[in-house]
Amino acid sequence: MNNGQPSPEPIIHIRNLRKTYDSGKVSVEALRGIDLDVPKGEFLAIIGPSGSGKSTLFHIVGGLTPPTSGEVVVAGRNLSHVGDAGRTELRAKHVSFVFQKFNLLPNLTARDNIRTALSIAGLPTDPFDAEFENVLELLGVRQRLDHKPSEMSGGEQQRVAIARALATKPTILLADEPTGNLDSRNSLAVLELLKDLNERFHQTILMITHNSDAAAFGHRIMHMNDGQISEV
Amino acid sequence: MAAKNNGDSLILKLVWENIRFRPVRTLLSILLIAVPVTLILMLIGLSRGVLEDSGRRTQGIGADIVFRAPSSSLISFNGASLSSKLVDLLGQEPHVTLATGVVNQPVAGGIDTITGLDIQAFNRMSGGFVFVEGHSFEKADDILIDAYYASQVHAKAGGSINVLNRPWHVAGIVEPGKLSHLFVQLPVLQELIGATGKVSQIYLKLDSPDNLKTVTDALKAKFDGYPIYSMRELLSLLSVDNIPVLKTFINVIIGIGVVIGFSVVSLSMYMAVLQRTREIGILKSLGASKGFIMAIILAEAFAMGLGGTILGIAFSFATRSIMHVFVPASLPQAIVVSWWPIAGSVAMGAALLGALYPGMLAVRQDPIEALAYE
Repeated sequence: MNNGQPSPEPIIHIRNLRKTYDSGKVSVEALRGIDLDVPKGEFLAIIGPSGSGKSTLFHIVGGLTPPTSGEVVVAGRNLSHVGDAGRTELRAKHVSFVFQKFNLLPNLTARDNIRTALSIAGLPTDPFDAEFENVLELLGVRQRLDHKPSEMSGGEQQRVAIARALATKPTILLADEPTGNLDSRNSLAVLELLKDLNERFHQTILMITHNSDAAAFGHRIMHMNDGQISEV
Repeated sequence: MAAKNNGDSLILKLVWENIRFRPVRTLLSILLIAVPVTLILMLIGLSRGVLEDSGRRTQGIGADIVFRAPSSSLISFNGASLSSKLVDLLGQEPHVTLATGVVNQPVAGGIDTITGLDIQAFNRMSGGFVFVEGHSFEKADDILIDAYYASQVHAKAGGSINVLNRPWHVAGIVEPGKLSHLFVQLPVLQELIGATGKVSQIYLKLDSPDNLKTVTDALKAKFDGYPIYSMRELLSLLSVDNIPVLKTFINVIIGIGVVIGFSVVSLSMYMAVLQRTREIGILKSLGASKGFIMAIILAEAFAMGLGGTILGIAFSFATRSIMHVFVPASLPQAIVVSWWPIAGSVAMGAALLGALYPGMLAVRQDPIEALAYE
């Protein structure tokens, strides 16, 4: 725990990051030379219009896709040099995602969704540890653990998704439009939760958003346009 | 309480919930996997059942030795190429107390056999038929049928049935278990099939079972080239392994079973992978390895293979019951428990093979595209 301020140690270090998608004869340069350092414990909001490259940056940092060139070091791993297995391990143990569409496994209860993440990370699945029980309490989902996603509201599903993401105690939490599918009341609740988690548990958070009000919850706001950082 | 990682049980739970989530697809897949299992078990059961039934009936005559024509096949008793004079000749051999020849002729497309017999000699050798209805032969067109055949063709004593393209008067219905299902008098059948003075095989009764080897050896030495079997030897030869045509046929059916199982599971799992593209993307975003995702696909295929095997075994009982009701004489089906694991292995193997390609597709899915899948 700390006072909620980021430490100077960068947990994400990016230099001259480029990403090009080839679709047939056409090449699309989604990222065009990104430089970025994110200190441990920072809550960074990334804002920008559709097609600005913020999702691509998010996917590269989260190990969902490799960079085309440049240096990307996440939690001590240089993603320019690791293969698919290395990125899989990064996702299992160091990075967690919260998506706009919640992305809970629909056939499983909230508890089993969380257990699945723990199991994949090679962590104990039963029982949940005391610290995580506190997180569940904070998120207000303890009473919903034995319900399936279809039995929960959008706000509840997103809080369970956040719980699942935090269960493995990731180094970095990546939130992609986490309030995009929620009404204003639930949006505010989720944003306050993220801020609270950042402040209480020193959780590093990168959040993508279209919404400048939501972005204001971060320590820093990074604007992206045409695959480049336009303003920090 | 110590914390533990229940990874394996979670995979099983995930598989179980996946199966439950799409019950119609699962049931159809299991049903289709059950088809080859049923086919294999039914075919093996029929082969074993027919052979065992044939063995029981052969044993039912009470003979000690069977003397057959050269180049006659083990399961085919039709054709009459032995001279009737051999019956008398063999009857005069040392230790032989009784010899009787019979003629066998296939009927109903070869599924059943009608036997022409010398009723007096047959009665002395076997102790005679036990009549359920009616009486023994009185006229040339009299036929005796066993209770199974009577049930199969809905015949009663005093009625009429058509066999070998001619009507016969059902003189009596006898208990099953002796030689054949249909019987007529030897000279009548010989004349009908143009085999006057010929028999298909000759049964010999000895004065004592202790002399079996002596007599068999003596006959083999004297009648070189003639298949001469002790009854025990003949019964032991009546197995699927000793009949090459049957073995080949069974192998073909097993091959078809593998192809069906493979295709069904492959298609089913391919559909499942398509339907679960987003879920696979979610698992990948959680850091699931290729092995984890492949394990889920294979575990589901295994479960369907197991379900298909159990259902196939249940269906083999059903086919036995159906055949016992409709064709108890012609197609007796045995339940061959020793073949359950073999049929199950075929279904499981095919299911797992069929799941490999869809599994590879799932493993190779791009997580970003999978997560964007609607």
